[in-house]
Amino acid sequence: MTYFTLSLTLLFVLIPLLLAYYLKLGIEKDILVATARSVIQLLIVGYLLQFIFDQDSPIFMMLMVGLIIFAATHNARKKGINYKGITWKLILTYTTIELLTQAILIGLNITPATPQYVIPISGMVVGNAMVLSILFLNRLTSEVEDKQDEIELILSLGGSTKQAIHRQLLTSIKASTVPTIEKQKTMGLVQLPGMMSGQIIAGADPIQAVQFQLLILFILLTTAILTSIMLGFLSYPTLFTEQMQLKQTFK
Amino acid sequence: MTMTQTALTLDHVSFHIDDVAIIKDISGTIEAGKITAFVGPSGAGKSTLFRLINQLKTHTKGTITFNNEDVKTIHPMILRKNIGIVLQEGVMTPGTVYDNLALPRQLQNDTLSEDDALSFLLKVGLEERFLHKKAKELSGGQKQKVSIARTLVNQPEVLLMDEITSSLDQVSTQAIETLIKQLNKEDHQTILWITHNIDQAKRLSDNTWVLIDGKCRYQGPTNQLDEATDQRVIDFLEGGDQS
Repeated sequence: MTYFTLSLTLLFVLIPLLLAYYLKLGIEKDILVATARSVIQLLIVGYLLQFIFDQDSPIFMMLMVGLIIFAATHNARKKGINYKGITWKLILTYTTIELLTQAILIGLNITPATPQYVIPISGMVVGNAMVLSILFLNRLTSEVEDKQDEIELILSLGGSTKQAIHRQLLTSIKASTVPTIEKQKTMGLVQLPGMMSGQIIAGADPIQAVQFQLLILFILLTTAILTSIMLGFLSYPTLFTEQMQLKQTFK
Repeated sequence: MTMTQTALTLDHVSFHIDDVAIIKDISGTIEAGKITAFVGPSGAGKSTLFRLINQLKTHTKGTITFNNEDVKTIHPMILRKNIGIVLQEGVMTPGTVYDNLALPRQLQNDTLSEDDALSFLLKVGLEERFLHKKAKELSGGQKQKVSIARTLVNQPEVLLMDEITSSLDQVSTQAIETLIKQLNKEDHQTILWITHNIDQAKRLSDNTWVLIDGKCRYQGPTNQLDEATDQRVIDFLEGGDQS
């Protein structure tokens, strides 16, 4: 695709912009900012990836993965400001998931340890973990706010903090992983996944594109479950004081 | 002559949230085996004081002693088993009445037999047919009775009851009052009882504490309450300070 052809795709921005202006939706500025940011960010990433691929160096590859983890943490931590030390908990969760995924993929020779494979897969894994952790933290916060009577009841009966939060933790883990599982159920029927569509458009064999997509889907399933479980068990102690009381922030 | 035993001692207890004083310098003793009523207008700090006693909140100043031991030095799980609290709302966990009664034992990795569950249920005046009923289907009064039975499963030395009849009708209130009297008379249970209702306090309790604006303005035998000299207590008893 040439830059001229790419510029023609701005028509797809013009349509919502005109409709928003005409209907006085008040989102024109957001559309322009989102468009500008996506163009700039993706072009920078494109050139950065080209540079890293040309270098073919594990150090640059790891730096890029580190950058992905940093950006995901920076974005998700805003949803967890009530949880003490959330930044490190997110970094630990994303890093563990990334290491586990790459260990399986590279260790079992499923994908090679080259930047072309490691970086895009890391982006998908950490990106999915980021969305999952935001969903999880939102749900856990609202569960604790809604069910504080139940939590305090268990504490008042001599239960531990883990016993007190157990039900809310499980509900939040389940609720945050449901979208990933549901999306997987309709995959191929309702929508063709982005990565697979991209490969097919780029001329790849559809069967090979499906194989890679299945690989990604299974990885994302693991990511979803692991993210919410790990983050849940790392985060719940911060909801309580040392005297096993529900913190005032959540009341 | 019988010696009066002390269940709890409060020594200059205060509690602040940020800079706001909720409980202000309260001292006093709670006699074991007696019913002590806590009365006072809304927002006086009665519920907060109960939460300090079983350490669902931590007091910022002073000392609370239970069986001659500072409550802050007792492990919260052990303290809360020994000082049970029945909360105002009659909170039920999902499941049946049996599931709720078995909960305290489950929390200790133990089980409660159906026979034992039934004996606790009968103790609070509910029949066998309630045992496997869904807890959420119970009436307000029945929920409160199950709450009391659930707390009793831990066999606490002290029982705190936080306005458990405030949302109940007259019949349910009378049934709960009878139960409280019975628990105290038959099991010599030490009971601390929060109520808005002065007449209820007079009917049930041996001793009364009157809390107003976080301060304890009267503590003593309930039958001497009408002799209180503090003007704010007099106003409250006459119904002139219900804010």
